[in-house]
Amino acid sequence: MDAKFDIQNLSVYFRGIHALKSISMAVPSRRILGVIGPAGSGKTTLLRALNRTNELEETTRIEGNVRMDGHDIYDPSFDVVALRRKVGIVFALPVPLPMSIYDNVTYGPTLAGSPNKQRLDMLVEKSLRDAFLWDEVKDRLTMSGLRLSGGQQQRLCLARVLAMEPDVILLDEPCSGLDPISTARIEEALTLLKKDYTIILVTNNTKQAARVADDTAFFLMGEMVELGTTDQIFTSPVQQKTNDYITGRFG
Amino acid sequence: MALIGEKGVQRILLVTAFSAMSALLLIALFIVNEGVPFMFRYGIQGFLLSSDWDPSSGTFGIFPMIMASLWVTVGALLVGAPLGIAGAVFLSEFAPRPVMRVVKPAIELLAAIPSVVYGFIGVMVLAPLIREVFGGPGLSVLAASIILGIMILPTVISISIDSILAVPQSYREGSLALGATVWQTVHMVTVRAAKSGIIASVILGLGRAIGETMAVIMVAGNAVKIPDSPLDSVRTLTANIALEMSYATGMHREALFATGVVLFVVIIILNTVASVAMRKRAAKK
Amino acid sequence: MRIPPRFSQRLAIAFLGGATLVTLVILVAIIVFILEKGLLVLGWEFLFSSPKDMGRAGGIFPTLIGTVLLPLLAIIIATPLGVSTSVYLTEYTRESKTTRVIRFGTDCLAGIPSIIFGLFGFIFFVTTLGMGWSIMSGGLTLAFMILPTIIRTTEEAIRAVPKSYREVSFSLGATRWQTTKRVVLPNALPGILTGVMLGIGRSIGETAAVIFTAGSSLRIPESVFDSTRTMAVHFYILAREGISTENAYGTAAVLIIAVLAVNLLAYWLMNRFIARRS
Repeated sequence: MDAKFDIQNLSVYFRGIHALKSISMAVPSRRILGVIGPAGSGKTTLLRALNRTNELEETTRIEGNVRMDGHDIYDPSFDVVALRRKVGIVFALPVPLPMSIYDNVTYGPTLAGSPNKQRLDMLVEKSLRDAFLWDEVKDRLTMSGLRLSGGQQQRLCLARVLAMEPDVILLDEPCSGLDPISTARIEEALTLLKKDYTIILVTNNTKQAARVADDTAFFLMGEMVELGTTDQIFTSPVQQKTNDYITGRFG
Repeated sequence: MALIGEKGVQRILLVTAFSAMSALLLIALFIVNEGVPFMFRYGIQGFLLSSDWDPSSGTFGIFPMIMASLWVTVGALLVGAPLGIAGAVFLSEFAPRPVMRVVKPAIELLAAIPSVVYGFIGVMVLAPLIREVFGGPGLSVLAASIILGIMILPTVISISIDSILAVPQSYREGSLALGATVWQTVHMVTVRAAKSGIIASVILGLGRAIGETMAVIMVAGNAVKIPDSPLDSVRTLTANIALEMSYATGMHREALFATGVVLFVVIIILNTVASVAMRKRAAKK
Repeated sequence: MRIPPRFSQRLAIAFLGGATLVTLVILVAIIVFILEKGLLVLGWEFLFSSPKDMGRAGGIFPTLIGTVLLPLLAIIIATPLGVSTSVYLTEYTRESKTTRVIRFGTDCLAGIPSIIFGLFGFIFFVTTLGMGWSIMSGGLTLAFMILPTIIRTTEEAIRAVPKSYREVSFSLGATRWQTTKRVVLPNALPGILTGVMLGIGRSIGETAAVIFTAGSSLRIPESVFDSTRTMAVHFYILAREGISTENAYGTAAVLIIAVLAVNLLAYWLMNRFIARRS
């Protein structure tokens, strides 16, 4: 099992708050890693550290190192823009950009250059199909993305990331605002996508992790308590805290 | 833009960001360069404190104009500030919200009416009225004060409303809960909390009144003399510049630029005071 | 004697309401007065014929040209400068000493009286740069004057664009400039246009800064280095020199209609902008 990310002693501070405390872990390639834990446990911070979107906040300090395919992504010579193209992220709340569905999907690909129309059309169709949205929107691609329903918007956000043909997809509680049917759609999409992508799914819904993740990591108060295969974490956790959390004693 | 690159864009933006500051400095430089050497040559005291303005014989004392600007500006404040603040308090605290949402932009719209139009109204309506009721020439300190007072209303009302609305609702609720009437709450709590913003609005109005030129030329009468009654005809600093600029040369022109320097300095001081008052308001929020 | 609180409240409301009413009546009366007298003169003939005998008779056609060209030139120069200043302040830097200096400069420039702009324009553009009394000198002077308006409204418009749009754009691998160009500016556009309209409105009504820089020639200009007379200047000359009260009213009516139309358009844009935001 080769590692996509190799994280060593990663610490992140926001305005004096120690949000991630010296995390070390490896993220395997082409599997789904579920990250669970209560609110404020550092799950989102971990996710954002992997495509360097933490630093969009004003006062962030980062220590330790993160290697992707062997390259230190925090090295000053590392190209952040290229990193973000390879490591896509879907945020908790769906944020379609105020433009058409088509333009939303092609936003990423056209940033790098301007591929021809034919290739873009193909990319749009493939991405929307992979995100399970194509059938619902294929006749109205010029409609504003803002006019879709919440569940459709979130799948549009997923398609937008897929269109960049990244290596890694980060999902930050992508279903927190969605109904069960939309949630099922997204989970279905993810299980099909893992053969081509490395997926990290942050969720505060433990059942979701149990359903779709191959591996699961449990975070608590900025520390990683335990990491193992999903089966192992949910059937025979090593740590008492993990057991308490997944059986619903707190969280 | 790909040719210029991210760093290049950032550099271009940084340069343009200083455009307003550069414009200000350029204006200051040229006005000062034209006016200040004259002030020293002529003598600052003689320029500011002498009452003789007679360009043909080379005497340039702007004291009457300074007094005229002072009278007219104070007059404008006496007219505009009470009316404006009262209007702002009424609109923000007593009038129904939909009414305020219509009336406030309407009043702000009136700031856009060209000053020459206000001046014209002063000449056609106000001056004859003053002549009839109080006597005198009509074109006077009084006429200029009323016209300028009206002209600063939008500034005073708009900024005062903004600062009154910025007072946290909890202050009002606290006062009302202690059994105060709405009016007691307004004048003892709300207006007091919005004080620095209201003061800033008056100072900015003051700046507008001192700087106003065309309306004042039309209604103040333009006689070079120190006023001793509101019915006297006067010439303000701004009017002095605008009236004589078109034909002034040599020393005379330099004297007009020196008048501009005086005006410039007064305005910068007023703006600094107003922006400090506004920042105090922002800091309190 | 102590006045009972209920009574003093009623008194206060009556006084404050009265003051508001007085304000509104005065302001409305001004517009009605000018339009009532001016509309009698107004017509196609008045708008599209040249003035005769210094404006005693005839129309105001050449001044329409000046009134269109000067604000246009001012906007063409001031908009890129103002917008890029605001982009720098909002997207490319954090609050610092530099931004405070830039803001202070903008505030001061906004407070400078128009006669000072006139003096400066005269000595700098007309004399030092040798442009003479011309559309160019006037337009540049006005550009300096409306720069702060454009900076402020653009800055507000840009700040109103949701932060999440920027976050999404960056996360999709956009650079700062790509994000600004493709997401921030298009969404701030109505707000920017509002600033532009306000700048145009102020330019149309300006007299003191224009009369010393663009001059007052009544000929139809052939190039930007010709002198011109704007409607506001024409109106001032007609009224002040007592040339024709009737035509002064007519010109004032056109001036007021133009300024109000431009400003109403600005408010309409602003409201549409706010409505779309929420």
